[in-house]
Amino acid sequence: MSRLEVAKTYKLYIGGKFPRTESGRTYQLKGPKGENIANLCQASRKDFRESVIPARKAQASWASKTAYNRSQVLYRLAEMLEGRKAQFVDELKQSGFSLLEAKKEVEDSLECLVHYAGWADKYQQIFSSVNPVASSHFNFSVCEPSGVVVATAPLSNPLHGLCFLVSVCLAGGNSLIVLASEKTPHVAISFAEVVHTSDVPGGLVNILTGFEDELVEHFASHMDVNAVIYARNNSKVSQKMELASADNMKRYFNWSDLEGKIKYSPYFIRDLQEVKTTWHPIERISSSGSGY
Amino acid sequence: MSKKSKNLEPNTGWDFDPAPEKVPVEIKAQYDLFIDGKWVKATSKKFFNTINPATEEKLSEISEASEKDVDLAVKAAAKAFGSWSKLPGKERAKYIYRIARILQERAREFAVLETMDGGKPIRESRDVDVPLAAAHFFYHAGWADKLEYAFPGLKPKPIGVAGQIIPWNFPLLMAAWKIAPAIACGNTVVLKPAETTSLTALRLAEVFEEAGLPPGVVNIITGAGSTGAALVNHPGIQKIAFTGSTEVGKVIRRSVAGSGKKLTLELGGKAANIVFEDAAIDQAVEGIVNGIYFNQGHVCCAGSRLFVQESVREEVLQKLKFRMRSLILGDPLDKNTDVGAINSAEQLKTIQHYLSLGKKEGLEMYQNAGGTPKKGFWCQPTLFEDVAQSSVIAQEEIFGPVLAIQTFRTIDEVIQKANNTPYGLSAGVWTDKGSKIFNLTSELKAGVVWANTYNKFDPTSPFGGYKESGFGREGGIHGLAAYLNLEG
Repeated sequence: MSRLEVAKTYKLYIGGKFPRTESGRTYQLKGPKGENIANLCQASRKDFRESVIPARKAQASWASKTAYNRSQVLYRLAEMLEGRKAQFVDELKQSGFSLLEAKKEVEDSLECLVHYAGWADKYQQIFSSVNPVASSHFNFSVCEPSGVVVATAPLSNPLHGLCFLVSVCLAGGNSLIVLASEKTPHVAISFAEVVHTSDVPGGLVNILTGFEDELVEHFASHMDVNAVIYARNNSKVSQKMELASADNMKRYFNWSDLEGKIKYSPYFIRDLQEVKTTWHPIERISSSGSGY
Repeated sequence: MSKKSKNLEPNTGWDFDPAPEKVPVEIKAQYDLFIDGKWVKATSKKFFNTINPATEEKLSEISEASEKDVDLAVKAAAKAFGSWSKLPGKERAKYIYRIARILQERAREFAVLETMDGGKPIRESRDVDVPLAAAHFFYHAGWADKLEYAFPGLKPKPIGVAGQIIPWNFPLLMAAWKIAPAIACGNTVVLKPAETTSLTALRLAEVFEEAGLPPGVVNIITGAGSTGAALVNHPGIQKIAFTGSTEVGKVIRRSVAGSGKKLTLELGGKAANIVFEDAAIDQAVEGIVNGIYFNQGHVCCAGSRLFVQESVREEVLQKLKFRMRSLILGDPLDKNTDVGAINSAEQLKTIQHYLSLGKKEGLEMYQNAGGTPKKGFWCQPTLFEDVAQSSVIAQEEIFGPVLAIQTFRTIDEVIQKANNTPYGLSAGVWTDKGSKIFNLTSELKAGVVWANTYNKFDPTSPFGGYKESGFGREGGIHGLAAYLNLEG
């Protein structure tokens, strides 16, 4: 007699915990043949707002960790994912990926995490500068993380796209709240389990499942969010988000090119950085630089 | 105060002889628009007066560019873009070097004109605004043929036509900040100066003519808010750069959303200037004065919130007030003047509104004694003591010579208070301890941090804000990104 499988309940990932949506709403995730895969949480505005609080807290301490440490935590994510490859291949297949496609999606995700783990302690040297000012001052510009980032993940690469956003944000010292691909959200929640076991501080990565129509405007108008990313290719939604971003001048990025094709570049990390320039006088007895 | 110590008191009985800057500057009765390398009449046929805010005398009449004029300017810039963007970088560089040199040669003329039109002391326009403007052109000229080295792995391409809107506090310098990187990167420009300070931007157009800059590469159109709005909303613009208030910045951002236009915004500020007990107090006091009274406080990065550690509050306040009393307010053209005229009647009204709000809150106000000239717009250097974090004086940008003083005990407290503002443009830190400086400079959410100095600017040094102070940087290698499409 065949064994009855234990089905998994997929919940949200907020503040290092796996709560159900406060709204009590769920929606059925269907496979390619119309079969039920799971009941997913339909995250609400309140779920999102609840996730900004731990994201803010976690960001400050994450940014103060050494770049070496951030690099190792990202690499740890890859180690954890590698060990659970089979599970992700299975889940992707449920959503209609062929075995080959599913394998590639997971392998690409792994490459992505390892690639950006390496950037965590390198982009600073590429994007910082010492500025040769024409006065007796030492002047330098460095990158600092933007802060709390909210993103809508690409629809077409449910795991790779998610890993990309996590990598880019975490490498640069930011925290992330991400709306998972609507087509294959259960993979994202399983990835939350990987995050949970990888030395990523609770609250640094928060994963929501639900619908962009009801959430994106709240993402963009929240007054304690520093940057929003739209990585899908609906220009109307993008405009709506850009418009709402003006309220607190949060940084807005339309990364629609990622939909269908994820490519790596440290300039994605750079987008989520602020440049800070510091001046300090240099004592030179003979110069005129001491005047005010 | 005893009679003896009164003699040490500044500005009592030792008046300076007048020392006005005498270089004559010719100002035309009327100015047209500079479009496609020619001076053309505004189709609106409307003019508005520009006055000297120190005397209220009319200096000239400025054209009000209509939507149609904006369209002509954008078209001229779009036409010029074809050849300007294809010109080898080293050739573009030579035009821009020429502009820098001519500005240096005509520096005194520009300084006098800037002071007459804007009210700032000649000492500042002569020593800061004009030399820095020339330096901006000189620095960016050299980038024109080196852009591919600035962004490893990317191919930099010019964007197209840049619409640029600048404020009245540093009219020529802001024009240079905007135009120099734009044209060095191969873009063409339509620039609109602020309506109260158009004269130096128009004179800059004369410099472009003198330098032989091809027609249409830079177009200068004058007018007020509606002209600016027409420029922002023009479909032929690919890039907008705005310096001004956060309020207007938000309006611009909303109207640009979804258009694909690239945008950089340099907006308001309410900078914390923090003095620790171990600071060199005399130098800190100089820095406080320079931080808030430079350019009558019409500075977006002004150190308008002073945080003094409690243990040195008395000493700092006493020395600060003493130093304030030595500031000479008066004729901006006089070389001894420290504090010039407020830029406009409207701005003076805004400042006075805040002064009355501060008094209404019951705050202790200290203001230099001594009257102000009968004509013109003036405000004596002012400070408010023991201001609460919630006070409007500590929260809102006043854009005048008004300092809000708060005290603190611990580092954590002052970091928290300093960052408790929607703005994040600049900050200042005064301490003799290096590790404390680095702690503070990394914790303060501000784009520019001055440690043991204040209000320093340089074309090689990126400038721009965090949070609601805007986004993007101007100056340095980082500033170039605002004027390039960076293809992977």
